[in-house]
Amino acid sequence: MDFAFMRDAFLTLIGGVPLTLNLAFMAVGLGAILAMLLALMRMSGLKVLDWPAQAYVFVFRGTPLLVQIFLIYYGLGQFRPTLQEWGLWVFFREPYWCAVFALTLNTAAYASEIIRGGLQSVPYNQVEAARACGMSGILLFRRVIFPIAVRQALPAYGSEIILMVKATSLASIITMMEVTGLAAKLISQTFRAVEVFIVAGLIYLILNFIITRIIMAIEWWLSPHLRRPPAVEPRLEAAHV
Amino acid sequence: MQQLSYFELVGFGPNGWGWALLTAAGMTIAVAICGFLAGSVVGTLVAWGKIGGNLVIRSLADGYTTVLRGIPDLLVIYLFYFGGSAALGAIGSLFGADGFIGVPAFVTGALAIGIISGAYQAEVFRGAYQVVSRGEIEAARSVGMHRWLMFRRIIAPQVLRYAIPGLGNTWQLVLKESALISVTGLVELLRQSHIAAGSTRRPFDFYLTAAVLYLLITWVSTYLFQRAETHSMRGMRRAS
Amino acid sequence: MKLFKTLGLGLLASALTIGGAAAQEKTVKIATEGAYAPWNFTGAGGKLEGFEIDLANDLCGRMKVKCEIVAQDWDGIIPALNAKKYDAIMAGMNITDKRLEVINFSLPYAATPHGFGVMKDSPLAKLAGTGTTVSFEKDSEGAKKAIEAWKPLLKGKTVGVQGSTVNSQFLETYLKDTIEIREYKTTEQHDLDLTAGRIDAIFAGHGALKATQEKPEFKDMVVAGTGMRGGLLGRGVAVGMRKDDAELKKGFDEAIQAAIKDGTIKRLSEKWFKIDATPQV
Repeated sequence: MDFAFMRDAFLTLIGGVPLTLNLAFMAVGLGAILAMLLALMRMSGLKVLDWPAQAYVFVFRGTPLLVQIFLIYYGLGQFRPTLQEWGLWVFFREPYWCAVFALTLNTAAYASEIIRGGLQSVPYNQVEAARACGMSGILLFRRVIFPIAVRQALPAYGSEIILMVKATSLASIITMMEVTGLAAKLISQTFRAVEVFIVAGLIYLILNFIITRIIMAIEWWLSPHLRRPPAVEPRLEAAHV
Repeated sequence: MQQLSYFELVGFGPNGWGWALLTAAGMTIAVAICGFLAGSVVGTLVAWGKIGGNLVIRSLADGYTTVLRGIPDLLVIYLFYFGGSAALGAIGSLFGADGFIGVPAFVTGALAIGIISGAYQAEVFRGAYQVVSRGEIEAARSVGMHRWLMFRRIIAPQVLRYAIPGLGNTWQLVLKESALISVTGLVELLRQSHIAAGSTRRPFDFYLTAAVLYLLITWVSTYLFQRAETHSMRGMRRAS
Repeated sequence: MKLFKTLGLGLLASALTIGGAAAQEKTVKIATEGAYAPWNFTGAGGKLEGFEIDLANDLCGRMKVKCEIVAQDWDGIIPALNAKKYDAIMAGMNITDKRLEVINFSLPYAATPHGFGVMKDSPLAKLAGTGTTVSFEKDSEGAKKAIEAWKPLLKGKTVGVQGSTVNSQFLETYLKDTIEIREYKTTEQHDLDLTAGRIDAIFAGHGALKATQEKPEFKDMVVAGTGMRGGLLGRGVAVGMRKDDAELKKGFDEAIQAAIKDGTIKRLSEKWFKIDATPQV
């Protein structure tokens, strides 16, 4: 294995990291809003809201992301005149926005189930206790339901973020030059597939390792009640595991 | 050339892609099943390594799951496709073979899916194993069952029972992953749709058809897994 | 662990038998892309067709070997050749120095100039040099001048090109600062995006552009700008092979020479490209 070449490859591919992260975080951010909406629709108890949300989740979880990306990018190209009429073409013209759109729709389907699980895990007696103290509506949601739900949902949401970072690699197929796209380009120039892919894999591993650590830190910060008081626990480093 | 209607396009007539798409869907199912089974073998071994292995085996197994879950599946497939074949070629020429050890795209694809899904299935099996009550294992030991018999009679049936929901999820994952195999040239559902879309310039029609076929496969297999789950839990119902 | 050893040996043994059997029958496995009309493409129902499919069958007949043609994505077509997925590539691949570093080529069996495809109503339709051709081999200065002449019109435009090709290298080298280059996996994909209006032009071989124009949706597409030959664009399209496969190269070289001589290549290229693409020696 040629380490000098791999170092050069690493330096080239690292240039794709901003776009990879940009795509992942745009999708996760926008997807979270849509997911929240879907989760509320599912929990509304109204069939007119619940059904479309269920269908949405079924369709987007039941088909490969690559199919969704192709359908949005190449498929919608077939309807350019209509989209232009509606003024949406500015948006679908750009591969970047098509990628963000596809990733957002996809992650929203998965995330809505995670959020729903989190909201449903809030113990009813806690809500009752809050009601007894006179909390209701937004205050109840903000102070009691939301924090507990977030704490419950965070580990699963963390995995979803990792999955999204991995999923951005598919954007390379619609001309986006993120890490995988740059890797494919580098291979076309050097014809050394294995080395380049190993380096690309390494970059994703590092990214995901960092993100996992950040999520673990947030989890730790959100659950002070699960931590043992430091005075009782002499082995301080164990608290970080 | 006049514009064909949608049904002519995906139908079974002379200009239709119907048979091609159905064959490709069959290929998708075949490669997904083979990949899933390969993943079960890998997953069992890795789970076993994680539970019963010594420090070295355990860290190897942990490393495997961490790496496989941390890098994009597309990269794993590419890597496997180029690297695996080159490695096999090297082993072959070592034994004096003429170098050409053709690994069909199907086999590479199924193995790549197996390697990826093995990482997920390992976690499913490990979780299920931990639910099997210690008491039953101790009881099995006390009546003098040796390892293999105990695995076959006590552990495997129960692990499988608890693992079914998790395996169902992994299967969905595998099914969707099989779409990525299209990059290696295997003519499965997505690649066939891609070819058809390029050749007819009707991308929307074909990708939509592909999506519907994927949904159909998902839907049927979800039903089958649910049936399997009720079947395996039939002895448990009275208790709850 | 004993189980694994047996399993491993068994697998290896069966793999070797397969390898041995293939060697006896003398089958040459040829990879093509299946998405590069009219060189090679996939017709209704998924059958491979095109200039190179016809030619491959003809050449194999001359070489008296059995041929198996497989489709392979362009992206990995060279690494997979070296990984011994197949023995030869016939996929509209030009001979270039860069490729010669990793694989070997037969004599060229076809050569066409390269240029832009744009929609008729686009300002780029008036690109300088339309209808003329220039070769880097014969007139390097003239070729560079022709590129300079494009620049005012091309400034700021988005051009689609298939990645990992001589075409993409050409754009990267000469027009990187003038245009936005967008790389696609197949020419069919950049064709789709040209009609969708996501890109202003495509850059490809004239043979491929001609085939695109044949399709009803592309009747308004025109070939614009000076046609380019040679230099970075390569020394003609040839069969790619592994470097150690001298015997296969000899076979292909002889078959190609014979096919050029008796006019088979002229006939096939006129059938598929509507132009004579016989390489000029």
